[in-house]
Amino acid sequence: MLDNLQLLFSYPVLGADLIANGLMIGSIFALAAFGMALVWGVLGIINIAQGEFVMLGGFVALTAAEFGVPPLATIPIAAAGLFVIGWGLYRLVIFRIVDRDLFVSLLATFGLSIVLQQLSNEVFGADVQTLETGLGTLYLLDGQIVLPEIKLVAFGTALIVGLLLWAFLKRARLGQAIRATAQNARAARILGIDTDRVYAATFALNAALCGAAGSLVVMAWTIHPYIGLPYTVRSFLVVVVAGLGNIIAVIAAGLGLGALENLAGFILGTEYQIAFVFVAMVVILVVRNWVLRRKREYLK
Amino acid sequence: MSVLLEVQGVTKTFGGVVANQSVSIEVRAGEIAGLIGPNGSGKTTLFNSIVGAHAIDEGSIKFEGEEISTFRVPVIARKGMLRTFQQTRIYGEMTALENMRISAPEARVSALSLLGGFSSKTDTRGEELLEFVGLASKRFLRAGALSFGQQKLLEFAMALMSEPKLLLLDEPTAGINPTLINGLIDRLKQANKELGVTLLVIEHNMRVIMNLAERITCLAHGEVLASGTPDEVRNDPRVVDAYLGAG
Amino acid sequence: MTSVQKYGLMGFGLVVSLGAPFLAPQFATQLTMLWLMVVFALTWDVLGGQMGYNSFGNILFFGIGAYACAIIQRDLGFDYFVGLAVGLGIAGVFSALVAVVLGVGMLGLRGHYFAIGTLGLGIAAGEIAGGWDYVGAGSGMVPPLYPTGLEGREFFFYFAMFALAVITFAALRALYQTRFGLALNAIRDDEDKAEAMGLHTTQIKSVAWAVAAVFLGVAGGLTGNLLGFIDPRDIAFAGATFGVWMVLMAVLGGKGTLWGPVIGAVVFHVTQELFWTYLLGWQRVALGLLIIAIVVFFPNGILGTLRERFPEWFGERMEERS
Repeated sequence: MLDNLQLLFSYPVLGADLIANGLMIGSIFALAAFGMALVWGVLGIINIAQGEFVMLGGFVALTAAEFGVPPLATIPIAAAGLFVIGWGLYRLVIFRIVDRDLFVSLLATFGLSIVLQQLSNEVFGADVQTLETGLGTLYLLDGQIVLPEIKLVAFGTALIVGLLLWAFLKRARLGQAIRATAQNARAARILGIDTDRVYAATFALNAALCGAAGSLVVMAWTIHPYIGLPYTVRSFLVVVVAGLGNIIAVIAAGLGLGALENLAGFILGTEYQIAFVFVAMVVILVVRNWVLRRKREYLK
Repeated sequence: MSVLLEVQGVTKTFGGVVANQSVSIEVRAGEIAGLIGPNGSGKTTLFNSIVGAHAIDEGSIKFEGEEISTFRVPVIARKGMLRTFQQTRIYGEMTALENMRISAPEARVSALSLLGGFSSKTDTRGEELLEFVGLASKRFLRAGALSFGQQKLLEFAMALMSEPKLLLLDEPTAGINPTLINGLIDRLKQANKELGVTLLVIEHNMRVIMNLAERITCLAHGEVLASGTPDEVRNDPRVVDAYLGAG
Repeated sequence: MTSVQKYGLMGFGLVVSLGAPFLAPQFATQLTMLWLMVVFALTWDVLGGQMGYNSFGNILFFGIGAYACAIIQRDLGFDYFVGLAVGLGIAGVFSALVAVVLGVGMLGLRGHYFAIGTLGLGIAAGEIAGGWDYVGAGSGMVPPLYPTGLEGREFFFYFAMFALAVITFAALRALYQTRFGLALNAIRDDEDKAEAMGLHTTQIKSVAWAVAAVFLGVAGGLTGNLLGFIDPRDIAFAGATFGVWMVLMAVLGGKGTLWGPVIGAVVFHVTQELFWTYLLGWQRVALGLLIIAIVVFFPNGILGTLRERFPEWFGERMEERS
């Protein structure tokens, strides 16, 4: 561990490489975090199955590619596929837990995550898989920073989707209905908004965002049926840091987490990278709460 | 009479909205003090500042001469200052008597001191106080199953059970059947006289507060408008304006 | 129920429990696991049911106990039974200490934050143990073996686990009858009110977590020895199995009740042992569906539902009396 730290000090450009790659990966975290913030803000549910949606998005992209779809074109397919799955899951399960206490919604989505994991294991197999994009690699600064182009694609996609989402929530009728419902569901109902449909659309939109993220994960990295939970925790972490209402902050927090995680993975060793994510979440929660308590407030 | 609670120049804003602007009030040991004001005049905000529910921006709050404006709720409670809530709060899944038991002063000594059982003295005291507020026959009922007015009385009894020096009551008569209000006023006065509890009462009902309090402070738009005896406040033209005028 | 019937029933249960491993020695290990499940559900309910803090990471203390006990046994070189006894004691104490230390920060969190924070703790522990060579990293740890040539290994562990379950039950029963039990319920019903009344909520919560951790730590030490192998992610910090089961069993039986977790554990474990093998690869799909079905349609559990229907069975009074 100390050796790696020393290495990093001797060759700062190595750090730049790690950070650049981390930022790109972080943009994928931001995508899934948009969705979590939406569902949390509008339905009041923290979706533990968030990471499983990412994982499913990856498998949808893989399957589409097997049918001959060019890799980059699988991104919208994964999003669309997950939109349908999200809508279906809302109609099957989620609508029953919208107004229930947090214990019910947490545990129910936790159950959902186990089901999705296991079904994927049965359908797609437990192997670690990746989707070859055929894109090249960029060598910056005389090859000292190595950046696969697919990560740039991921980065761009996350930014564009974030922008589209922002415009959608501000301008589109459904987007406005979503924001109204988030602020006050009862008032929205009285004003004639079909909140049940808004909930369904929000949840499906969340799944679609995760689906897009998943297709990027499978191209830039790898997936297998059990990678879900770390993605859930990353989304949660990003949302806790960035807050529910701010898309720019979500992107920034996502990128920051990606960079930090990549650095930590290098310094501590990759076997501790996941542990780092979870410990970081616990530490951030506790510290934030402690800071608030000094102001006589709580994390709520 | 010595000053028990001294609030000086307290200012509290919520994101630019001024809820309290340099508010000063004092409560003397043994009295019943009243706090009135139109809706949104900052009464409950002031309560929350005093008991430590949120930080204040400026000013000082002294309880028995000690600065408490940075302490948190439980610490202040253990010093002998309690509050009841406008939206009544009781432990809904426990029986009325259990609510009383856990409110006894010995329950807040330390966590380990709780490992003992219940003393019969505590139970007797709890039953006496339930009797005092007229809930004796309901002592084995689930508190959450009581009516709103009964829960309010239970919350009052719990507060008395913990033997506070100063009790802050947030609209004790709101939501209580009008025919029972006179009885409640008597009980508040009795608690003040016989149990020696100093009271600071927020009240909307002018008739109640004029009957109850010895000194009254009126807030409007977050600032102290007037203070003095009930008669002085009642006849203050600014108070009349605040209630009948635009405010 | 009259007290005669009650103690009769409990006596009958005791006789069955004591005789079970002799009547069905081939199932001794499964029966031992049954008592482990009872400990799981009971200890989860201290926070989850009685105090209203839904921990998704109590498995942490089980895993810490398993490793602590095995390390003591490995490094101190005692005779097997002495080592086990010392190891179990230290496992319990150490787990409780960890609970107190973590509790200071974690138990200040509320609602979602506590639930997800504890989930993170449990998984982080598994990941760290899986990379740490001192405890065998990913390949796990093998606690010392039960002395060869000595008969009755199954019986020994059965009765040890049974005793642990009974002690856990008795201790929690006694705890719930003190003022401490009321304080836990007060925090569950309205923590802000409990604070406003001056209760030492932070201390109370930490002590409660430590109590759960003691029994989980000892259970972890015993289980490591029983199974003869400690895998970081699949046994010690098995969040996806044991960790979820403990929540599910308590909810199934009725959280916030004394007997609910016991009943939930028995029902769940027996169902699992009877039907799980027929499900082949689909066990965990079934588990997930079961979780959803129970929390969505049956959140009060067996005892909670009975209590709603027949409150007088539970000594709850509906009518006034003077």
